[in-house]
Amino acid sequence: MQRNISIQHPNRSFLETTRIDNWWVGPLLTSIGLLAFIFYSTWAAFQNEHYQWGPYLSPFYAPLLEFEWWPLSPAFLILWAPAGFRFTCYYYRKAYYRSFFLTPSACAVGARPQKYRGERFLLVFQNLHRYFLYIALIFCVILSYDAIVSFSFENGLGVGVGSIIMTLNAVFLTAFTLGCNSLRHLVGGNVDCYSCASFGHQRYQAWKFVSLFNVHHNFWAWISLFWVGFTDLYIRLVSMNIITDYRIL
Amino acid sequence: MAEAQFKVFRGEGAKGELFEFPVEVTEGMVVLDAVQQIQSRHANDLAVRWNCRAGKCGSCSAEVNGKPRLMCMTRMDELSLDVPVLIEPMRGFPHMKDLVTDVSRNYEINKKIRPLTPKPRETDGTYRMQQEDIERIQEFHKCIECFLCQNVCHVIRDHSVKEFAGPRFLIRIASLAMHPLDTLNRLKELKDVFGLGYCNITKCCTEVCPENIKITDNGIIPLKERVAGAFYDPLAWLWKNLTSNSKKIPEKNK
Amino acid sequence: MESYEVKEHDVLVIGAGGAGLRAAIEASAQGVSVGLVCKSLLGKAHTVMAEGGMAASLSNADPRDNWEVHFRDTIRGGKHINNWQMVEIFCQEAADRVSELEEWGALFDRTKEGLIAQRNFGGHRYPRLAHVGDRTGLELIRTLQNYGIHQGFEVYMECCVVELIKEKDQVCGAFGFWRESGQFIVFKAKSVVLATGGLGKVYRVTSNSWEGTGDGHALAYRAGAELVDMEFVQFHPTGMVWPPSVQGILVTEGVRGEGGILKNSDGKRFMFEYIPDAFAAETSDSEEEASRWLKGDPEARRPPELLTRDVVAKAIRSERIAGRGSPHGGAFLDIASQRDAEYIKKKLPSMYHQFMKLGNLDITSTPMEVGPTCHYVMGGVRVEPETAMTTVKGLFAAGEVAGGLHGANRLGGNSLTDLLVFGARAGFHSAKYSKEIAEALNPSEDLLKKMERFSLEPFDPERTENPYSVMADLQETMEINAGIVRTKDEMEKGLELLQDLKNRGEKVRVEGNRQYNPAWHYALDLKNLLCVAEAITLAALNREESRGGHTREDFPESSEYFQNVNSFISDKEGSMFIENREREPMPEHLEKLL
Ligand SMILES: Cc1cc2nc3c(=O)[nH]c(=O)nc-3n(C[C@H](O)[C@H](O)[C@H](O)COP(=O)(O)OP(=O)(O)OC[C@H]3O[C@@H](n4cnc5c(N)ncnc54)[C@H](O)[C@@H]3O)c2cc1C
Ligand code: SF4
Ligand code: SF4
Ligand code: FES
Ligand code: FES
Repeated sequence: MQRNISIQHPNRSFLETTRIDNWWVGPLLTSIGLLAFIFYSTWAAFQNEHYQWGPYLSPFYAPLLEFEWWPLSPAFLILWAPAGFRFTCYYYRKAYYRSFFLTPSACAVGARPQKYRGERFLLVFQNLHRYFLYIALIFCVILSYDAIVSFSFENGLGVGVGSIIMTLNAVFLTAFTLGCNSLRHLVGGNVDCYSCASFGHQRYQAWKFVSLFNVHHNFWAWISLFWVGFTDLYIRLVSMNIITDYRIL
Repeated sequence: MAEAQFKVFRGEGAKGELFEFPVEVTEGMVVLDAVQQIQSRHANDLAVRWNCRAGKCGSCSAEVNGKPRLMCMTRMDELSLDVPVLIEPMRGFPHMKDLVTDVSRNYEINKKIRPLTPKPRETDGTYRMQQEDIERIQEFHKCIECFLCQNVCHVIRDHSVKEFAGPRFLIRIASLAMHPLDTLNRLKELKDVFGLGYCNITKCCTEVCPENIKITDNGIIPLKERVAGAFYDPLAWLWKNLTSNSKKIPEKNK
Repeated sequence: MESYEVKEHDVLVIGAGGAGLRAAIEASAQGVSVGLVCKSLLGKAHTVMAEGGMAASLSNADPRDNWEVHFRDTIRGGKHINNWQMVEIFCQEAADRVSELEEWGALFDRTKEGLIAQRNFGGHRYPRLAHVGDRTGLELIRTLQNYGIHQGFEVYMECCVVELIKEKDQVCGAFGFWRESGQFIVFKAKSVVLATGGLGKVYRVTSNSWEGTGDGHALAYRAGAELVDMEFVQFHPTGMVWPPSVQGILVTEGVRGEGGILKNSDGKRFMFEYIPDAFAAETSDSEEEASRWLKGDPEARRPPELLTRDVVAKAIRSERIAGRGSPHGGAFLDIASQRDAEYIKKKLPSMYHQFMKLGNLDITSTPMEVGPTCHYVMGGVRVEPETAMTTVKGLFAAGEVAGGLHGANRLGGNSLTDLLVFGARAGFHSAKYSKEIAEALNPSEDLLKKMERFSLEPFDPERTENPYSVMADLQETMEINAGIVRTKDEMEKGLELLQDLKNRGEKVRVEGNRQYNPAWHYALDLKNLLCVAEAITLAALNREESRGGHTREDFPESSEYFQNVNSFISDKEGSMFIENREREPMPEHLEKLL
């Protein structure tokens, strides 16, 4: 009846766990997803062509800033903003702390040994997430504008598959942004007593509203990430004449 | 009647072994029942904590197949009984005996938190609070102090950071900081004494919380935002210095 | 003899549920040194499991409510044998004790005006229970705990008291051991407050945890105090009955308070047939009226599901005996047909969770199966109403361990308030008492040696009995011989069986060492369980009538004689002695409230 396995207690060794489920699947998929996106977006940004077709503009290049003095792809003039927004996003932080930093890779699985400082020293800049949010809110407007423009073809108003893709892109990005924790704080999370604060009730409603999106922030994070890449890819393929944009109306 | 095998960690002061026991499985049985069956049939002196058997007291925390859970709320039919079920004590705390660990540090941290310091009562002797004012913190008040979150948090479990209060106590501070009656400003101590910055929001605490408290999203992140506003936001800092020179930290909303 | 750790305090509080914590807070406020001992970790006592709410006539929900109506309800619910002095104090101080909690951080659900919301409960005429969803006890104990830790008293967690120490007729401390190490500890104190809660563990089906072994009742009895009304044990009508492993776990009365109805296997709402005459005037007699009540019609009378617990428990039992029980021997409790899913989840979240998880059942769509479970003991240590002092000098008692307040049947929600009102009083008066004493008496060596010997006996390898089986047999005996419905023959048989069990109890054998050894703890608890089991049976045999929580098959009616007396149990030369004594008559100003 008795077996002689001595276990160390508590456990502190790297990746040590007694979990028997496939805990590594989550972080693995996350790394694959994030890496795939990083590679594709960097590649696409470097292309400096095929980002426009008809009324469509790839979100990697929006807003389109073209300057004489800028030798590289215009994508780099703007991509830092969404990149920074996502990099400092609370959800993405969780995702990459788990799958790249391995602190920890999954719950009750030994974290990477190190002099652990959390988000105190090197990572203290994460606290500036709210500034990226401010910019992201502007991007939501710009991408929505681009989405509207995508319905106006040379021969007048119309609906192409691309228009729908671009519209969804704006919607997903907005849904992602609306669930931002910094926004949630800003609109009402910082109030302690709604019934005593000025505009308390409205702020409570706003906070509730943002909370609706916040609950599924990770979902919106992935869908908007995937979709922005897909939108670029679609416009790229259309503009390279590999596929044709189908006009619905 | 079905039978299952259990492997239970037994020993004292961190040294111990896994012992295998047979368990007779009946309908609706939970892991705590199995452990108590082992206790009454095979190992009378098996040390284990429990009280309510219904997920209300937070006594029966342990690691079942490597996952931190309440034994009384883990049904046997959720587990695969093909392989022996592994029951270990929480590994984030000093071990005492068998499934019992020393959780006293949690009580010490709690003592460091300054108590609620309420504003005066209304003239009619009551306190007026609307449901919407308290909803948020009622969620934190659901905590049954099972300490599973403290146990799973890697900052404590793997890195043994002494200054870190841990998720349970961060939401307790959140419940005070967001309390409509409280008059203290708790942001500086959150940053400097309770080590809020150590949390890297990887959400294991939320994952294990048996009360489904969204510890990270509703407690810790809002606190991080508040601390960011008070200490790391350059514009807010500028604004504060321009508008008033007396107050370094914003007082609570009236 | 080993050396003991010795701790000295002015006031020693045994038990850290609501009553113990409140007593410790109050005693500390009087500036004396206080120690607080509990068997579990701090914050895990029964109080944490309480669900429904705490009763106080705040009159936030219904302006017609006041302490006098609360008084009337409590006495009527207690079938007129309550200690009316205690009830008067209780109802008058309840509101203050409850609202004081807000200052310490408690967050009750709110009314639209921003005040403490109150809900309906069995036996309370108006909505009276301040509550937080269905986890009121958690809010109460956490509030007291988090406030208490800053009041300067010392907490001894996972430390079990085995015996009180008494010198020269006066309680002067307690003898116990640390569960963790098994080492003994001696407390010297000028006064001791018992707040050890209940004794549900004498029955097999119970909502109580392992802690509910009647320690305080037994400690007080052995120290020479009187126990009162021990025959009155409350069987809560709605405990879970299926699956077997959760049998007895409580389903809060809040389910009925929020509109839940009881049905039998024919789908009939049977409670209409069990309305006692005394309550007929204020209970609906048709489903139509009951449903108007649920919609908030102030003219409609309360549905019969909200009759007092003894009535409902017996009704469920009768339905089962008549062959109309649910598949697992209970009744159906149905809230799904009365309220929508969102409302149920909001008002009864932990019930929803509990059934989902443990019973594999969604209460927002399916009725629950429920049956009676041993829940609470109305009887307890007899105390002075004003001071909470027992009949032994220096010994105080508050909370469930004290008797008298609830009479023959406790109203739901009255317990949590009881903890606060009498906890505070016990704290205050024990501190006052201690201040008047120059120094705590020293326990004699002999006494300590005796206690040590007794505590270590179970390790004797000569012994044979398994503590778990003796305990299980005891619980079965009580379930059969002194359960919900009692007869003379069964109880006499029960007393004999208890004698056997006592002999077996003296032979229990514990393996392993003293460190955190649950078998040893059970072995020591057994002595207390056997003591209270005997007290319950003896008192039940003595009361030859049916009243409240006490039902005799051989005496189904209430008797006038017994209405005017309470039973008192005390130790006379080593054996249990019971006598009936008349209660002081109620003064006119209270009498007229009824
Ligand atoms: C499931 C459940 C639901 C309930 N719901 C409600 C409700 O909705 N409303 C209501 O009013 N009432 C309710 N009650 C009843 C109420 O909760 C209890 O009666 C009340 O909590 C008892 O409190 P207490 O302080 O007297 O004792 P407890 O809370 O039982 O505490 C006893 C304390 O004494 C300690 N102790 C015991 N023996 C020893 C010893 N030998 N040495 C050292 N320490 C010891 C224990 O460790 C514990 O700390 C409910 C009870 C249960 C079980
Ligand atoms: S989210 Fe923060 S507090 Fe929670 S487990 Fe992770 S590091 Fe610990
Ligand atoms: S927050 Fe959740 S996990 Fe942590 S102690 Fe409380 S109930 Fe347990
Ligand atoms: S938290 Fe994710 S975007 Fe701000
Ligand atoms: S025993 Fe209370 S939570 Fe499991």
